[in-house]
Amino acid sequence: MDPNYIRPFIASIQNVFSTMLQLQVAIKEPHLKGGSGTSYDVSGIIGLSGDVVGSVVLSFPQETARRVVALFCGQDVSSSQSDFADAVGELVNMVSGGAKAGFTGRRVSISCPSVVLGAQHVVARQTDVPTVIIPCETDCGLMAIEVTIQEQAAAKAA
Amino acid sequence: MKILLIDDSKTMRNIQKAVLGQLGYTEIHEACDGQDALSKVGAIRPDLILVDWNMPNMDGLSFVKAYRQTNKTTPMIMVTTEAEKSRVIEAIKAGVNNYVVKPFTPDLLSQRIKETLGRTTAAA
Repeated sequence: MDPNYIRPFIASIQNVFSTMLQLQVAIKEPHLKGGSGTSYDVSGIIGLSGDVVGSVVLSFPQETARRVVALFCGQDVSSSQSDFADAVGELVNMVSGGAKAGFTGRRVSISCPSVVLGAQHVVARQTDVPTVIIPCETDCGLMAIEVTIQEQAAAKAA
Repeated sequence: MKILLIDDSKTMRNIQKAVLGQLGYTEIHEACDGQDALSKVGAIRPDLILVDWNMPNMDGLSFVKAYRQTNKTTPMIMVTTEAEKSRVIEAIKAGVNNYVVKPFTPDLLSQRIKETLGRTTAAA
């Protein structure tokens, strides 16, 4: 995958978390994902369409998600409350929206977010496209961005 | 001053409500998408609208275009993750008066609200 499609996600998650949560995000070495499961138990998922297609998953361990959502909402929110999924969805929405603005010369739309909770869940993705995991570390704990995207043929030719 | 917040995220509406509360605005109404907002604007008759772009059922741009068919004056601020210049131009052409890209600081949103209200009041 073109690194120019990975760097915008790094810049975006750092911008979103520092602006909305006053939380610094340290980035570890991105790597290709093996296996079908997500990195952790809570996933915020966004689809991309247009010149670039695919999906973005913001994946948290349950406890990290609880801490991050508490910072974002200004109060503790149980994972069983709808506000919990709403907050995770809005975070992946902002991260993906910010990243796509960095895809220079590409017109891309993002879907409304979905959120999945539960240990060892699987997010079905394009099988012929590699997923790049961007590990992240914060004072709230570890998390990861999982990026599975490819350029459409017409966009490549342009 | 009646303000309508249109965003499918309750978390985001709460953040915006907190900023508006700090500015002294307390009559705040909420809608979860463009369709919901269109069904409410007639009864609310808002003085300011903050609208997200990406929402289910009816997105913010479609709402702005539909609302501007009958209302040319109520100021609207698009508050969205859509940061590309082409999108900003599209929204302005559709009829929004100002634009805030998420993520935003409370100060930035506050400043845009003041700018928008100041500008539209001066123009009236």
